[in-house]
Amino acid sequence: MTVTTQRLPTLAEAVARYDPVLGLEVHVELGTVTKMFCGCSTTFGAEPNSQVCPVCLGLPGSLPVLNRVAVESAIRLGLALNCTIASWCRFARKNYFYPDMPKNFQISQYDEPIAYNGWLDVVYEGVTYRIGVTRAHLEEDTGKSVHVGGATGRIHGASHALLDYNRSGIPLIEIVSKPILVPPAIAPAVGRAYVTELRMLIRALGISPARMELGQLRCDANVSLKPSGATEFGTRTETKNVNSLRSVERAISYEIRRQAAVLSEGGRVVQETRHWHEDTGETTAGRSKEQAEDYRYFPEPDLVPLAPSPEWVESLRATLPESPVARRARLQREWRLSDLEMRDVLNAGAVDLVAATVDAGSDPAGAKKWWLGQIARAANERGVDLEQVGISPSDVAQVQALVAAGTLNDRLARQVIDGVLAGEGTPDEVVAARGLAAVSDDAALLTAVDEAIAAMPDVAAKVRAGKLAAVGALVGAVMKATRGQADAARVRELTLQRLTGPAA
Amino acid sequence: MTDLTRLTAAELAATVASGESSAVEVTQAHLDRIAAVDTAVHAFLHVEADGALAAAKAVDERRARGEPLSPLAGVPLALKDVFTTADMPTTCGSKILDGWRPPYDATVTRLLREAGIVILGKTNLDEFAMGSSTENSAFGPTHNPWDLGRIPGGSGGGSSAALASYQAALAIGTDTGGSIRQPAAVTGTVGVKPTYGGVSRYGLVACASSLDQGGPCARTVLDAALLHEVIAGHDPMDATSIDRPVPAVVAAARRGAGGDLAGLRIGIVREFAGEGYQAGVLARFRGAVELLDELGAEVAEVSCPSFTYGLPAYYLILPSEVSSNLARFDGMRYGLRVGDEGARSAEEVMSLTRGKGFGAEAKRRIMLGTYALSSGYYEAYYGQAQKVRTLISRDFERAFQTVDVLVSPTTPTTAFPIGERADDPLAMYMADLCTIPSNLAGNAAASFPCGLADEDGLPVGLQVMAPVLADDRLYLVGAALEHAVVERWGGPLLSRAPELEVVA
Repeated sequence: MTVTTQRLPTLAEAVARYDPVLGLEVHVELGTVTKMFCGCSTTFGAEPNSQVCPVCLGLPGSLPVLNRVAVESAIRLGLALNCTIASWCRFARKNYFYPDMPKNFQISQYDEPIAYNGWLDVVYEGVTYRIGVTRAHLEEDTGKSVHVGGATGRIHGASHALLDYNRSGIPLIEIVSKPILVPPAIAPAVGRAYVTELRMLIRALGISPARMELGQLRCDANVSLKPSGATEFGTRTETKNVNSLRSVERAISYEIRRQAAVLSEGGRVVQETRHWHEDTGETTAGRSKEQAEDYRYFPEPDLVPLAPSPEWVESLRATLPESPVARRARLQREWRLSDLEMRDVLNAGAVDLVAATVDAGSDPAGAKKWWLGQIARAANERGVDLEQVGISPSDVAQVQALVAAGTLNDRLARQVIDGVLAGEGTPDEVVAARGLAAVSDDAALLTAVDEAIAAMPDVAAKVRAGKLAAVGALVGAVMKATRGQADAARVRELTLQRLTGPAA
Repeated sequence: MTDLTRLTAAELAATVASGESSAVEVTQAHLDRIAAVDTAVHAFLHVEADGALAAAKAVDERRARGEPLSPLAGVPLALKDVFTTADMPTTCGSKILDGWRPPYDATVTRLLREAGIVILGKTNLDEFAMGSSTENSAFGPTHNPWDLGRIPGGSGGGSSAALASYQAALAIGTDTGGSIRQPAAVTGTVGVKPTYGGVSRYGLVACASSLDQGGPCARTVLDAALLHEVIAGHDPMDATSIDRPVPAVVAAARRGAGGDLAGLRIGIVREFAGEGYQAGVLARFRGAVELLDELGAEVAEVSCPSFTYGLPAYYLILPSEVSSNLARFDGMRYGLRVGDEGARSAEEVMSLTRGKGFGAEAKRRIMLGTYALSSGYYEAYYGQAQKVRTLISRDFERAFQTVDVLVSPTTPTTAFPIGERADDPLAMYMADLCTIPSNLAGNAAASFPCGLADEDGLPVGLQVMAPVLADDRLYLVGAALEHAVVERWGGPLLSRAPELEVVA
């Protein structure tokens, strides 16, 4: 059933009648140096098919050998998610045909995941929600199909496809949440907060950069509705291609509204895969899952069972970083923020960004001000996450350093940030290209001051006579002469010195 | 002048090492023999004369420089065309790999080259090693040198026939359900399936991963042992490879040649006799056991009741793995591609390619396995078969508590006429009745010549089965039997084979 956007209820209207149930599947590409089952490099952005070998190309005769670091990453994440670590588990083959999957099966884990039954605490608006984690398991990534000849890069209308297997065999962890039942009105926001929290955890563990815009963290959102108060779950859809935190919230919200419209018109939600479209803010139907695909799972015979010893697991537990909750409490203390201020940072998804900016040398107040102010507005206008807006923590720290040094005043600093956001380069490059450096050279300023005094002898006389307020006209003239790039306070100081002698 | 092709591998290596004949002369003699008889036998799918002569020349040069030679340096070998070779095509007996040149050497291939063994070419086999007669090869059947109207066994019929017709002194086979042992039995040669994990599977194009095992084929027990030590050992590229010292098989073969089996406990598998067994096969089997008894062994009958279920369990596990392993042959990246005229989808091209590229037996097993693994049937088929597999392993363990080795006929009949069972897959499957249990349990097993059946004058094999990693016991028994047989008959069994007509 097609429902047009015009007739969709608002989220508030939808949740007035229905309770949403969410299930989030998050795929994380591990930041290992080599792939899951071979020694090929995992570096992003290399020439297509330059990081391949017989194993990740699935050539006849090749065999997988498990990457120990990938297993360590999975165990550490499992422990951080409060999961039980399997004392014995196996890999399984998930069989299906697709050109970007060189063996036509994916090595994954089926009924024996390495980590299972855990939870993650998520704070939203000051309230903690405990989200259950069903499992976290290891699997290999597929290659990438690039459809050529069509308008959109999608399969429809394409004349042919190119295949890049650089990604084939990169280790992934899939984290599957238990059904998420939170107050209906905030379900989309809590969904987003869960993915945000998970991303912070993954980064704190150092197992992946988890950059959503590079596909290093991908989220599939399962959404179903049930009549308010009912206990039985409704039919779910699985929305794919949700590639930013903002999209997580929007896609969930859209699906709740769409399904509410279908149900309230007496329709039936079809169990299917749906695709999220960032540009239109809608989901569209993909593959129907009514006839469940049969993946014919069976234990991978080319790999031996994985049996992490308790000693190994415990030694990995000892390497866990502080929990995100403890870390935030510490950062709040270090940054001297109020509870409310810290909540703002958290809700903006900016904890890691502010922390990285502080690590790069900025003061906390400055870092927070830029990320939650001008940069957040820009991200919002462009409809992207803070991380994707095009400025890095080190850029921000650099701007803040220029401010602290007096090279930039606040107004100029905002222009520099704009320049970086516009893709004009690093802050230094923007300063140079736009000629934005504040004039802080006293000699240069004094020349301008002297010129102003010479040009306005009557004003100068008033100041000399003690009418200090009159200095404003001179300062204004200097500022005009320096096209606003001088530090006004310093100009005032220098002008007064010139006219009344050194300050006593 | 000595006919170099009639020498054993050990003799050839000594001849080369002493300088009596050069490796090039030895290789040329075998290439000449191939030219003379292989039109009739069709053991080889590909002969790489230039490569073989170059490898031989390298051995001669090494000798000339006074460098040490490995024990089989300069000996010509026939490689089953299921191991990858960077300098030769690898077809697996299938049209679907048409035109494929692997970019890499299998570990076994590499070890052979490093040992100075001269690879003459690639031998014929049933498609993807699935069959017991070599009739399933897409390139036509191989003929048994004892009677060109009969099958040479399978799947490794090319390797066994090459040995029995003196086209090579050594050969490599693979054994998934008996593909080394059954061809050895019906051609009067020696074939050993090492303990699973004893020889690397890296570069061995998989039939059924949990069952496949590469192994040595030769005309004498010592030759097989020498080859075994070249190809065996831990390989980090194969996760199922055993990281333990290779059993001392050459020492065991030398010890066995002394003809003393005092104290060795031999168990006759009670279940492998009776209906379906050719009288002449059972008579020669009993004769062999009597000989072993005369050499001092203690012989007892042992019951392994689960062995009866080996065949049906095997024909669920094997096709299941086959259906997944052969999925990668889809025309997308290498080999045959059918129907790519620009208008068809990738899915259609895959389907057409597989329809055209696979033979009837490959398709039969892919379909059986796809069905056995499908949702709702998995437990009843694959799951139950795995339980049988466990029971068979337990039968072996129990038996090996009371005996050191088990013996049985290798296969119930002698070589059958080409075409006789081609339309009756179940009759064909019976050929592997006695060999399958050792593949399911992963233990070591071998076939040794033990005489000619009275009714047809064709070779009969004695199967010896030893515990996991006790491969040396096979060679002890095999060498003792060989010693007794030669004494009794005044020469090896193969000396009784009819001379082939030589094409000038």
